[in-house]
Amino acid sequence: MPRVLFSKTGNGVWISHLDLMRLFQRAFQRAGLPLKHSQGFRPRPVVSIALPLSVGVQSVCELLDFELDGPPVAMEEIQARLNQALVAGVTVQKVYEAGRKLKELALLGCTVALEYDAGVPAGCREAVEALFHQARLLVEKKGKNGPQEQDILPMLHSLDVVQTDGCTLALKAVVSAQNPALNPMLLAAAVERYLPQLRPDFAHCRREELFDAQGQQFR
Amino acid sequence: MTQQLQRILPTVQKPARYVGGEYNEIQKDPATVRVNVAFCFPDTYEIGMSNLGMRILYGVMNQMDGIWCQRVFAPWGDMEQAMVENGLPLWALESQRPVKEFDLIAFTIGYEMSYTNVLNMLRLAGIPLRSAQREGLHNLVFAGGVCAFNPEPLAEFVDFFSLGEGEESTVEILSLYDKAKCQGWSKEHFLREVAKIGGVYVPSFYRHEYHKDGSLSAIVPLEDGVPTKITKRIVQDLDKAYYPVKTIVPSTEIVHDRSNLEVFRGCIRGCRFCQAGFSCRPVRKKSPQVLYQQAAELLENAGDNELNLSSLSTSDYRGLQELMELLFPYCAEHKISLSVPSLRADNFSRALMQKLQTLRKSGLTFAPEAGTQRLRDVINKNLTEEEILTTCANAFSGGWNNVKLYFMLGLPSETDEDVLGIAQLVYRVIQTWKATASNKKRGLRVHVATAFFVPKPHTPFQWEAQITPEEYMRRVRLLKEHFYSKSVEYSYHAPDLSQLEAVLARGDRRLGPVLEEAVRRGARLDGWDEYFDYNLWMEAFAACGVDPHFYTTRGFGEEELLPWDPIDVGVTKDFLRRERHRAYDGQITQDCRHGCSGCGANTMLKGVGCDA
Repeated sequence: MPRVLFSKTGNGVWISHLDLMRLFQRAFQRAGLPLKHSQGFRPRPVVSIALPLSVGVQSVCELLDFELDGPPVAMEEIQARLNQALVAGVTVQKVYEAGRKLKELALLGCTVALEYDAGVPAGCREAVEALFHQARLLVEKKGKNGPQEQDILPMLHSLDVVQTDGCTLALKAVVSAQNPALNPMLLAAAVERYLPQLRPDFAHCRREELFDAQGQQFR
Repeated sequence: MTQQLQRILPTVQKPARYVGGEYNEIQKDPATVRVNVAFCFPDTYEIGMSNLGMRILYGVMNQMDGIWCQRVFAPWGDMEQAMVENGLPLWALESQRPVKEFDLIAFTIGYEMSYTNVLNMLRLAGIPLRSAQREGLHNLVFAGGVCAFNPEPLAEFVDFFSLGEGEESTVEILSLYDKAKCQGWSKEHFLREVAKIGGVYVPSFYRHEYHKDGSLSAIVPLEDGVPTKITKRIVQDLDKAYYPVKTIVPSTEIVHDRSNLEVFRGCIRGCRFCQAGFSCRPVRKKSPQVLYQQAAELLENAGDNELNLSSLSTSDYRGLQELMELLFPYCAEHKISLSVPSLRADNFSRALMQKLQTLRKSGLTFAPEAGTQRLRDVINKNLTEEEILTTCANAFSGGWNNVKLYFMLGLPSETDEDVLGIAQLVYRVIQTWKATASNKKRGLRVHVATAFFVPKPHTPFQWEAQITPEEYMRRVRLLKEHFYSKSVEYSYHAPDLSQLEAVLARGDRRLGPVLEEAVRRGARLDGWDEYFDYNLWMEAFAACGVDPHFYTTRGFGEEELLPWDPIDVGVTKDFLRRERHRAYDGQITQDCRHGCSGCGANTMLKGVGCDA
């Protein structure tokens, strides 16, 4: 099944997962690329996004699988036509014949940016680093059965804390992508919970790269 | 560092509705723009983007050289709170610029309960509410939409109203403004000139005077040469009129999330409670060929997989069969599902429904409005019990097991017998299902809903009293006690909201201060259960010394001067009076296609006849 690599940035980040699927269904239609439809009572064009992205999170490594219903079209052609039919903030970077099996997708590289309007406090980087070097780190996670305490460290594969500018501390992390997945924003939640004096004025997140279990780039 | 708005967005529901940037959004180079229009819809994004009028006028304005029309919607409560806390003024989606920077602020108002949103949006934009408080040409506020057919409750706030269909008049208004801005006119100069455009009403040119009993005694023109009658505008030839075939595709789900094609305007039916049925006359059609062309363009530009045919009564569209023959193959080939709401229960429509079912199975909905034939004759809703039951029988034998029935309570002359007639009709629908259902295992669901009758201006019932909310609730309970089957699900409109709707629908200028007071006390998004606060409104009425019953239970005298009398929607007051008397006599008036009943709207047509 062909696969799209796309990015979601700018105001595109406010489009929810379900709305993004509808956006792509329409974009394929507008691009003159009819999609295969689901079977059943009410056939719908099928697209499938590998890892649903939370509203507000940027990404430069989103994957979407699709199947065309009609004559074959060159992959570069599909990319060009889709980008004509999409909106600002959702951009196709590549379209390719067949990707790896999604179950081999294991890790997610991401950056969580902590913004301090008055400048990153002294000792902040060290304190944050130390926080993630404990034996366990319980964070409250909203689940189906209400909030639950969860140790996030087993799902955190690596973490690099760097100050990128005077006001931003970046947590460059590699986290578990599925079974179970770690929502990277929980890293910011951990800082807010355990280092309340270092609570940032704003935190946001960006998915940077996908990896398999061996740490190789996943496409 | 992340901007203020970008920091707020993660904290609110459905942030996508605040950022614009959708497919087919119009962007212009600000350097080429002479007149900026903030086109405000006084409700949320999901409602406003579903409004056809807004899409038409957005396209019409943006086609003009030097004009940039941008959209503004009412924020949801969480966003409003964040805006207030962060000192963020209301902005337009396209440029994200504050509304206060715009030359013209336009509203399209289709629902009385959004009046507080109009005021609240001005407030959030940091623009003075009252017209008299705004000086100069900047931030001129104008409004259109069906609510402009009784503009008086908003007279203090809106500089001028544009009545009727705006495809042509909006262009004339904007061109005049362009010239006025260029030449540096005063606001007064502009208002005097804009009042000369057909369909434009400038409320500040008139003074309203009242009798001791509170009724209106005179509408006095304050300037020489201002019109005493303002006639709404219509488009003569819909085939040649602008239609938005390349229109914004929202990136987030809206209420009517599909391509929408308007097949004709006006209505031949004349149901006596229906404002649209009278105020949208005369009947004008579009040709099936033009519609087919527009349908294909719409769908290709939007990428939608659903097309909706809209009108007040699509079964009455003369070219329906021909249009269907064109659309069916197209829709089948492109896997488009076709939805045709407001079909009547006649034979052709039944056949059509069967055909539509092959594309998609939609619900079976009837709006008999009244429970007995007597009352249906009074309101001129010529849907008979036999038609309902025959259609139901066909549908049930074809496997349908879901029916919705809509009624009104509190219609003129309604008695308990009429109320119980609803229960009887529902009972017969259930009996019909028992007799005809092809598959009884899945059971039957009958959804019954009652609304509280709201008398509206420009209808034969414009003089009628509304019953009290208490009496409405008594009738609701009476009806509820007479549903015996488990198949029936009954829901009813809250009477408080409909009472206020009645006040505002037939209100006069004395309601301006009430609206202002209600907004000051926090009223907005009144059409939403989450926000509607009846007590707040009652406090606002009390604070302003205005009795809501004056506009509801009192009723208006037939010889009384009505606040909306200067507004001419095409049908004459004599005709409306005649229809009211026929209602009292239980006499139906045949639909326009079976004989012209002389409503007067046909006189608005030049060259072509009424297509009723």
